[in-house]
Amino acid sequence: MTWAIAMAWFYVLLWPLMGIHPDGTLTFKNSLIVWGWVVGLSGAVLILRQLNETGMFNAITTPVANVRAAANRGIDTVPVWLWWGIGFAATFALPFFTGRYVQDVAINVMIYICLGLGLNIVVGLCGLLDLGFIAFYGVGAYTYGLLSIHYAMPFWICLPFAAMTAALAGCIIGYPTLRMRGDYLAIVTLGFGEIVRLLLNNWMQLTNGPNGILGIKAPGLYYFSFANGFSLEHIWLKKLTYMYYVILGLMVLTIIAVHRLNFSRVGRAWEAIREDETAAELMGVNTFKLKLLAYAMGATFGGLAGAFFAARMRFVSPESFTFLESAMVLAMVVLGGMGSIPGIMLGALALVALPEVFREFELYRMLAFGGAMTVMMIFKPKGLWPAKRFGTRSDDND
Amino acid sequence: MEFFIQQFINGLTLGGVYALIALGYTMVYGIIQLINFAHGEFFAAGGYMGVIILSFMASMGYMETHPWLCLMGSMALTMGYCAMLAMAVEKVAYKPLRFASRLSVLLSALGMSIFLQNGLMLTQGVYDKPYPTSFTDGGFSIGMVTMSYMQVMILVMTVLLLIGLNILVFRTKIGTAMRATAQDKVMSALVGINSNRIISTTFALGAGLAAAAGIMVGLYYGSVRYDMGFVPGIKAFAAAVLGGIGNITGAMIGGLIIGMVEIMAAGYLSSEYKDVWAFVILIGVLYFMPTGIMGENVDDTRV
Repeated sequence: MTWAIAMAWFYVLLWPLMGIHPDGTLTFKNSLIVWGWVVGLSGAVLILRQLNETGMFNAITTPVANVRAAANRGIDTVPVWLWWGIGFAATFALPFFTGRYVQDVAINVMIYICLGLGLNIVVGLCGLLDLGFIAFYGVGAYTYGLLSIHYAMPFWICLPFAAMTAALAGCIIGYPTLRMRGDYLAIVTLGFGEIVRLLLNNWMQLTNGPNGILGIKAPGLYYFSFANGFSLEHIWLKKLTYMYYVILGLMVLTIIAVHRLNFSRVGRAWEAIREDETAAELMGVNTFKLKLLAYAMGATFGGLAGAFFAARMRFVSPESFTFLESAMVLAMVVLGGMGSIPGIMLGALALVALPEVFREFELYRMLAFGGAMTVMMIFKPKGLWPAKRFGTRSDDND
Repeated sequence: MEFFIQQFINGLTLGGVYALIALGYTMVYGIIQLINFAHGEFFAAGGYMGVIILSFMASMGYMETHPWLCLMGSMALTMGYCAMLAMAVEKVAYKPLRFASRLSVLLSALGMSIFLQNGLMLTQGVYDKPYPTSFTDGGFSIGMVTMSYMQVMILVMTVLLLIGLNILVFRTKIGTAMRATAQDKVMSALVGINSNRIISTTFALGAGLAAAAGIMVGLYYGSVRYDMGFVPGIKAFAAAVLGGIGNITGAMIGGLIIGMVEIMAAGYLSSEYKDVWAFVILIGVLYFMPTGIMGENVDDTRV
């Protein structure tokens, strides 16, 4: 309740800043619209929450909870791999039934899922807060862009190169920062991310500066043709549907890899580091090597997604790799649930697809992200779909 | 040589501004061990509130008759406003998480920062807002070195604010309570210090200083932008770390060093990479000397 009062006070305070214009005129129209939405929505949610706590909705919530429990039991009887199979089949079949627009959004969602899963290794599994993750995405994108422009190298050969350069960048960033923990690490990675962006922006000879690189090739594919005899044909996968399947493949690869990492020896060691670094070290976990590995692995997936992004847009510029993008990927991981693969997929879907649905509220997107991040941390810090294995750090308890 | 002195004065001006922002970071960190990501937004909000009040006064015609009075008045109002804003932000976003994990508080702060920045953008527009600066035009020159009245004003104001803060923290009762809370929360609570109130006060003080810095930067560059808080915020954080986080004198010295390095690097090396140096210093300090210049109370949970 006190929180609600503080919230109201906060909005009241923000009001004058938003409504008065520097030329001395008072035109409250703009701020009325913005704050109308913000205050209205948050107020409604708060009131509903209060009413819920007093038990007014028991008549509705109890049957709903019962149905949900029954549904959960039903879901649990079907094996997990079947759900994944159904999901994959549905995603695979999507381009047959939908148009360009939906495919475009779906490609974006999948790029962000790859990024979110990469960041998940660093933040969710190893517990290192990384605010400069988008730098690896940028490194991957520029690696493919430059190799494609200067050496005309095909996408599939560049993919491992992009992953390698990104992993290298991850090691370069990881190495000096490994001695730090928590907040310091966050701000240093933020600094590194900005350094990478400034380099891309100012190194004219290599990256063509703010103008970006144009004319990056789409992925190509060789296939056997038996039309007239036997020959090896080559096509460019320029069509959106082809790109959709490329990123689908990349996403499936990422999901499998992250899942395998999560439940491997390395993944357990990462989680041990997340829960208590000192104890993990005493138990014989080589924290230095494993933290570096977490950075490198996270960066690898970021780099793969970046190479695809460059191939998809056929254009890269430093503007795509700002801090806000990092924050957005982080918001996905946090919203979905740190360390949980389905959670992150849900988070990416929510943060990319929802703004598309509410197209007229496009401008409010980042505002809502920020607000949602704070509110999530206060009311549901484990995310929408929490990971099964998650504890609290021992040094937070004292 | 003239060039060097000129750059030195510019560096001093910029460094003073960074020092003012850095103090907010360092005081908040000293008390609740939190990097207040939204601090840069208080700086931006200060710049906007300053331009709003000053323009309002200019349109009423008071600016021609009493320019300095207007400036002082708007500064006081802005500082008060930002102090209240910071207290509200603390109550909304940080207080419910007092006993949560560090990562959640940090993410909550980050969310607040994005929220405030985009709120500013949505309502005040994405374009630069010009400051009414005509009354401080002009300057004087000694030899080849010119110094505008604006720079003199910024330097004087910065020094006054820093002296005021030092008196507040080291000479008054509330300052003593602040330092006690920073040292040991349980003990200070036992001797009757209300730690929630002290934390609020700390946020208010830091945001007030940041707001003053926001006005000065607005006056100096002639305009404000909704995202002006981000990069100076990080540089000021670098300054706070350089001086030893949690240490007030350290933050002042760190701010001056960062400002000086930035201006010198822009003047002698390359102006494109001037933003990089603060980050390089930050990383270097954290790697080689994590306690900073003046800090001593850093245990392994902080670094």
